[in-house]
Amino acid sequence: MEEKKLAIIATKGSLDWAYPPFILASTAAALGYETEIFFTFYGLQLLKKNLDLKVTPLGNPGMPMPMGMDKWFPTMLTALPGMESMMTSMMKKKMASKGVASLEELRELCQEAEVRLIACQMTVDLFDMDSSEFIDGVEYAGAARFFEFAGQSDICLYI
Amino acid sequence: MADFDEELDASGLNCPLPILRAKKALAGMESGKVLHIIATDPGSVKDFEAFARQTGNELMESKEEGGKFQFLIRKA
Repeated sequence: MEEKKLAIIATKGSLDWAYPPFILASTAAALGYETEIFFTFYGLQLLKKNLDLKVTPLGNPGMPMPMGMDKWFPTMLTALPGMESMMTSMMKKKMASKGVASLEELRELCQEAEVRLIACQMTVDLFDMDSSEFIDGVEYAGAARFFEFAGQSDICLYI
Repeated sequence: MADFDEELDASGLNCPLPILRAKKALAGMESGKVLHIIATDPGSVKDFEAFARQTGNELMESKEEGGKFQFLIRKA
């Protein structure tokens, strides 16, 4: 059986959107896929040593909220100071109580399984980020590097 | 349930952890040895079937007992 390949582009930097790339990549690796994730724009937040990701109900009418707040709580009020931190902490508690892995754990599992993590050099420069902010084992490259692998991949996802 | 060589309790863990832990456990086992997995994630039933088909490891048994899902996987 020839090894299949999965290429993912991770572009989002919120707590909820950080999960799909790491869940899919670690699972694919467990199934024997050669896997690569290219982190660009806000997706670079997922490579930070200290993950400080937030989730917000703002602009996301599909987000279930505690006590059915998504049904009666005015959207405008979710912009109040402290709401984002509160929602983030509630989401993290919920995830822990349901046995969902932390992002740190999933990311570590990806690295253990030799998923290649590539940071978009252009975005790193654009946002004046420094490679010292990122975890070890990250490769820095551009779009051409991504296509080298994505072009031969069986599955390519933009997240 | 048939005999097994190693056991993995993935109770309380959610997708994709049971699969990832099973993969890790199998990696440390010899070919032909059997891993017994206990899980509470209902999604793990379909996931272990798919895992077995894609990795070539044999899913010998899959059953539910008292809210727990049990699997026997023989390493290829």
